[in-house]
Amino acid sequence: MLQGVIHQVMSGIATGGIYASVALALVMIYQATHHVNFAQGEMATFSTYIALTFINLGFPYWVAFAIAVVISFGIGLAIERTLMRPLANAPVLASVGVFVGLLLIINSLSGWFFDYTIKQFPSPFPDHPMLGGYLSGHELGSTAVTLIVLVLVYLFFRHTRLGLAMRAAAFNPTSARLVGVRVGWMLALGWGLAAAIGAVAGCMVAPVVFLDPNMMSGILLYAFAGALLGGIDNPLGAVLGGFAVGVIENLGGAYLVGTELKLTLALVIIVAVLTVRPTGLMGRKVYSRV
Amino acid sequence: MHGSRVIPVLVLLAAIVPVAWFTDYHLFQLTMVVVYAIAILGLSLLTGFNGQISLGHGAFYAIGAYTTAILMTTWEVPYWATLPVSAMVCALVGFLLGLPALRLGGLYLALTTFALAVAIPQILKYKLFEDWTGGVQGLVIDKPDAPFGLPLSPDQWLYLFTLAVAVVLYVIAWNIVRGRIGRAMMAIRDHAMAAEAMGINLAMVKTRTFALSAMYTGLAGSLGAIAVQFVAPDSFGVFVSIYLFVGLVVGGVSSIGGTLIGAAFIEFVPNIADKVSKAAPGAVYGVILIAVMFLIPGGVGGLLHGLWRRVAKGR
Repeated sequence: MLQGVIHQVMSGIATGGIYASVALALVMIYQATHHVNFAQGEMATFSTYIALTFINLGFPYWVAFAIAVVISFGIGLAIERTLMRPLANAPVLASVGVFVGLLLIINSLSGWFFDYTIKQFPSPFPDHPMLGGYLSGHELGSTAVTLIVLVLVYLFFRHTRLGLAMRAAAFNPTSARLVGVRVGWMLALGWGLAAAIGAVAGCMVAPVVFLDPNMMSGILLYAFAGALLGGIDNPLGAVLGGFAVGVIENLGGAYLVGTELKLTLALVIIVAVLTVRPTGLMGRKVYSRV
Repeated sequence: MHGSRVIPVLVLLAAIVPVAWFTDYHLFQLTMVVVYAIAILGLSLLTGFNGQISLGHGAFYAIGAYTTAILMTTWEVPYWATLPVSAMVCALVGFLLGLPALRLGGLYLALTTFALAVAIPQILKYKLFEDWTGGVQGLVIDKPDAPFGLPLSPDQWLYLFTLAVAVVLYVIAWNIVRGRIGRAMMAIRDHAMAAEAMGINLAMVKTRTFALSAMYTGLAGSLGAIAVQFVAPDSFGVFVSIYLFVGLVVGGVSSIGGTLIGAAFIEFVPNIADKVSKAAPGAVYGVILIAVMFLIPGGVGGLLHGLWRRVAKGR
């Protein structure tokens, strides 16, 4: 029994890492623009297809992975500059509409370029159990990759001038512009980074759930739940929330509701957080002046 | 007669003509246009007139469809008698979901309803309900014949029946929107705090709008299930909700007549685009959705309304 619980918690942390990365990507865009990117999942799926294409062309895994991350960064940047820029002050309905449109387009493009059949995606990690049999090689490896990404993002925002400028642009665009930060480009960079993080998450989850154009729709839901649980304006909170949702999902799936209602569990978490504590566990309260 | 009265009558007359001329398949397609129009009208009441964005109305469509299917197969209730039950079930579910939605501002509501849309097929497949829902296989319904010995094919009858229900629902919606409640709904959409200060009970109006909206879309689901003669969890995936949203935006979020345009759009565009490739409908939807947002935020309905006003002024 106890071993079972430990096992479920450990693999919950492994999948939670994926949710944490996607949640972080969501929060980065939310912080800068107050938009929730409904197309984040489809973007990550598309990036994963790019990686698979390069692997099939004969590139080594990590080279293909790096290429996919870089291309995704470019795609994210381009989307921000062309589609999102004019929407900066648009009503919520307009931004939701454009994101849904983006979701439909990217989903169709995935199906069009790479067809709808379910594909296997290779894992770069050894295929035997590790840590005393609690985790598979891939679970351990993907958790490590996720943690590396999270630490890199943290260091980038805390200890580089560019990261500081990006935080300034998100925190107070007007003042940031006055001290010479190019706010528009900072937002575009944020989109690029979010897309790149999504690419990493896609490549790490694809070996487990297999690759098809709708691969990320469920994962996006868990990422939403994670981001809301931790506080959608707090990156650290969102990451912890993502891990927590992974563990809750696994424990709930194993002992509470069964695997058939796992997505409903995400819905319940979302509704519960938004009704009981809308700011999330670590979010700031927002006051608005009339 | 006033222009705003003439057009609906003309549309209705134009809608009855096809019964004699169209093949059964084309009548079926028109029936689905009417069904989607009702569903989009429900969404429009909520999003267009009350400002609550829902990306999960496919869930209410599914609940309505399943209510009808279960009543018809398990209890052998006649198809027309399932509609009031389905309306009540959906209104109740909508009311209950409207309670947490009260606390959610625009974006969060969109997000939560999106989650509902993603989760609904799983709930429909759940094994505890399998005796009623038929699990993954779903349920098959018989197509009703024309009553009283009318000389109509089942498809002709079903089209007229759906149309009659739609007329009733449109008249009700028209009156609600133009009445006191409608003005309260729109006041909340435009400035919630000011509306509250003027004495509008926010919680009451918003939850009731949610219930009304869910009822409309649920009724559409019931009629759709009878027309398609089949319900299954995987036909109510997240894409139903997204297509309804697309239809709403294309037709014009707060245009009652525009719902018909939006419905025709989501029924016919995939059929045309499908001939290009399997991926084309989604891409076309996406591109048009973004184009509408940038170019005509009021949708086709809003555009036509503006033109009509200009014509009326110039007269």
